[in-house]
Amino acid sequence: MSNAACTAHPILEWMETEEYKEKNFAREALVINPARACQPYGAMLCALGIEGCLPFLHGSQGCAAYFRACLSRHVREPIPMVSDSMTEDAAVFGGQANLIEGLKNAYATYKPSIIGMFSSCMAEVIGDDMKSFIANARSQGAIPEDFPIAYANTPSFVGSHITGFDNMLKGLLQSLADTRNGKWTNGRLYIVPGFDLYSANLREYRRLIASMGIYMTMLPDFTETLDSPHTGEYKMYQPGTSMAELADALNASGFLFMQKYSTAGTQKFVKNVQKITTEAVTMPIGVGNTDAFLMTLKQMTGKSIPAELEAERGRAVDAAIDAHQYIHGKRFALYGDPDLLLGLVGFLLEMGGVPVHIVCSNGNDTFLKEMESLLSSSPFGTEGKVYNGKDLWHLRSLLFTDPVDMLIGDSHGKQLAKDAKIPLARIGYFMTDRVHLHRQPIVGYQGAINLVTMIANMLIDEYDRNCPDERFEMLR
Amino acid sequence: MRQIAIYGKGGIGKSTTTQNTVAALAEMGKRVMIVGCDPKADSTRLILNSKAQTSVMDLAREKGTVEDLELDDVLYTGFGGIRCAESGGPEPGVGCAGRGVITAINFLEENGAYTPDLDYVFYDVLGDVVCGGFAMPIRENKAQEIYIVCSGEMMAMYAANNISKGILKYATSGGVRLGGLICNSRNTDKEYELIDELAKRLGTQMIHFLPRDNEVQRAELRRMTVIQYNDKHPQADEYRALAKKIDENKKLVVPTPLTMDELEELLMAFGIIEDEETAAAKLG
Repeated sequence: MSNAACTAHPILEWMETEEYKEKNFAREALVINPARACQPYGAMLCALGIEGCLPFLHGSQGCAAYFRACLSRHVREPIPMVSDSMTEDAAVFGGQANLIEGLKNAYATYKPSIIGMFSSCMAEVIGDDMKSFIANARSQGAIPEDFPIAYANTPSFVGSHITGFDNMLKGLLQSLADTRNGKWTNGRLYIVPGFDLYSANLREYRRLIASMGIYMTMLPDFTETLDSPHTGEYKMYQPGTSMAELADALNASGFLFMQKYSTAGTQKFVKNVQKITTEAVTMPIGVGNTDAFLMTLKQMTGKSIPAELEAERGRAVDAAIDAHQYIHGKRFALYGDPDLLLGLVGFLLEMGGVPVHIVCSNGNDTFLKEMESLLSSSPFGTEGKVYNGKDLWHLRSLLFTDPVDMLIGDSHGKQLAKDAKIPLARIGYFMTDRVHLHRQPIVGYQGAINLVTMIANMLIDEYDRNCPDERFEMLR
Repeated sequence: MRQIAIYGKGGIGKSTTTQNTVAALAEMGKRVMIVGCDPKADSTRLILNSKAQTSVMDLAREKGTVEDLELDDVLYTGFGGIRCAESGGPEPGVGCAGRGVITAINFLEENGAYTPDLDYVFYDVLGDVVCGGFAMPIRENKAQEIYIVCSGEMMAMYAANNISKGILKYATSGGVRLGGLICNSRNTDKEYELIDELAKRLGTQMIHFLPRDNEVQRAELRRMTVIQYNDKHPQADEYRALAKKIDENKKLVVPTPLTMDELEELLMAFGIIEDEETAAAKLG
C-alpha cells in the first residue's frame, strides 16, 4: 500500500471524528504517550543540583540508563549516575547485597562527596528498607561511618517525576541539613527552582534576585549540570549547591519556591514542621507572574525593586504590545507539568491568546481548581478546559474535533502537531529534537520577551507558508 | 507513643489476642490505634463489632488511586475509643500484598493518623515476614517492640524462632526489640514449661500464658472481645494481666534465635518429638 493510500485510509479518517473521541476518552486500561516521566527521573535531577553529589539508583541498570539518556538528549550534556544493578536474584533475596556493594564501588571509583540515593519500582515492590541497608553498609565498612548520604523512596508507580523531585529534596533536607537553630537565621533566602530543565531559567532567577541585592542560595542548583562550559576536559561533578549551604538550609531566613506542585511535600516540611517563613509563587512566566514573583521577594526581604528591573519590565510590556495582534484571539492547546501550565496559561491570557485544551498528565485536584479559577479570571479563559490525568492521545482527538491554531509543549507532541497540521511551539521538557531551547529563559521579563517573539513569529511563519500569493507581503 | 507489632504463625490467634489485649489497655484509659497489616483484613472486627471494615486497599481499588482517599474513610473508632485501620490487599493469588501494607502505612502517616495523643499503636501482621512489605511495621520510626504469639505446637515454635531471625536482622540496623512471647495455649503437653524454656533460649521472656477458654470463641461469634462481651469472666482478667505486663514491660531484647538442631533438641528434651532411634524402634 502506498503512503497516499495510507493517509486516505477510512480508519484514519474515523479517528478524527467525534465518535472516536468519545471512545478514546472512555479508555481506562491504557495510557498512550503521557506528558510525564516517573519519580526517579525527578529525584536524579534534584540530586544533581548538590555539588559533588552522585545520584545512586537502588534498582535496575536499565532504569538508570533510561533516566540518564532522557536528560542527556534534552540538554546534550553527559549526566553521571550509578545504579546497584538489581537483577532477578535481588528481587527474590532483597537488594541489600547490591546496595552495599554498589555503595562500596561508587564511593571508591567515583569519589563523590555525597550520594543522593533513590529507588526504582522493583526495590519498592519488594519493600527494601534503604535506611537500614545504608546503616548496614556503614557498619560493614563499605563506606565511612560519616559519609553523607541522602535517600528518598521514589516508587515509579506513584505520582510522576515531579513527585520524585519533591521526595528527593525533602530527603536531602531530612538526611543532611543540620537541626534548626531556634530563632537565629543565616540571613539567606533559599530559592527552590522546582523541576525545571531550563538552565537559563535558573540563571535568570539568580540575576533578578541579585539585582535586588538579596543574599540567596539556590537549592538544588543544577544550572551547570544542564549547561556546562566546554573546556576540553570531562568533569564528573559540576558546581551546584554546596554541602555547607545544604547543611545550613534549615537556618534560612526564608524559603521561596518557584513552583508549587513539584515541591508540595517539601513546602509542608519547611513551613509546617520547621516553621520557616515560606512562600510559593506561580512560575514567573509572563509579565503578571513575574510582577507577583518580584513583589513576593520584596515582601519577604524588604528590599526594593531597582530601576533597571522596572525598565526591563517596560521593554517586556512594549514587546507584548508590539506583537499582540499576532497572538490575540489565537487558539492554543497546551500540555506539560502543572507548574509550567499555570505559568503559560497566565502568560497567554495576558496576551489575549485563548487557551482551549489544557492537558496535564500529572495534575491533582488542587491544580485543577487553581487552573479553573485562573481561566475564569479572564474573558479569554472561558473556552479553556482542563484535562487532568489525560495523555497526548486524548489531546490528538481534541485537536481534530475542536481545532486550535497552535500547540504548546515538548517534543513528544510533534506527531500530533504534524497530524493536525498546526505548528508546535516547543516550550517545556523534554526537547529531544531541537537544540539549545533550554539556554533561553522563559521566566522573568526577558522570558516574556522570548515567548512573545517565539510564538508570534511562528504564527506569522505559518501564515506566510499558507497564504495565497496576493497576500504574501513584506510587511506583517 | 509506643508502637508494637504482633507477629506469629498463621491461625495462632494474633488478631484475637491483639484485640482482646488492646481492649484491656483501652479499659485502663490508654488511647490505642490498631493497624491491621494482613490482606484478610480481620484485625479490627472485634473492636468495631462489625464483619470487616473497609480497608485502605479496598477503597484504593474502588477509586483507582490511594491519592483520592480521605483518612475518615478508612479510620474507624470502636470499643473504648480504639481507632482502627486495615491495610487490606489484593485477592489471594494476584498482585503484591506486601506493597499494599507499605502503601497503606504511608497513607496513614501522610494523612495524620498518628496523632500525638496516642499511647499505643498496634500492628497486627500477617503470619510470617514473607517479604519486605511485611517488615514495614518494624522499620525505623515504626514499631520498636515486637511480641510473638505462639503455642506449644511444634510449627508455632518453629515460626516463633523464624520470626526472631527476622527481628535480629532489623535489630542490628534499627532499634526494634523483642518484648516477649505470648503463649496462646492449645493445651499441649508441658506447654507452659516448653514456651518458658524457648523464651529463655531466645533471650526473652514468656510475658504471659493465656489459658484456652471457649469464652473467647463465644465472644468472637458475637464480634466482640471478652472484655466487652463478658467483662466479669476470668478470661477477661487474663487479657487484663497481659495488657498490664505489656504496659509495664521493660525487658526489650535483641533475640538469640536457635538453629534448627537446637530447636529439635529442645523439643526432644520435652518429649514433643522423638529421636531417630526411638522412632525407628517403635516402627520395629
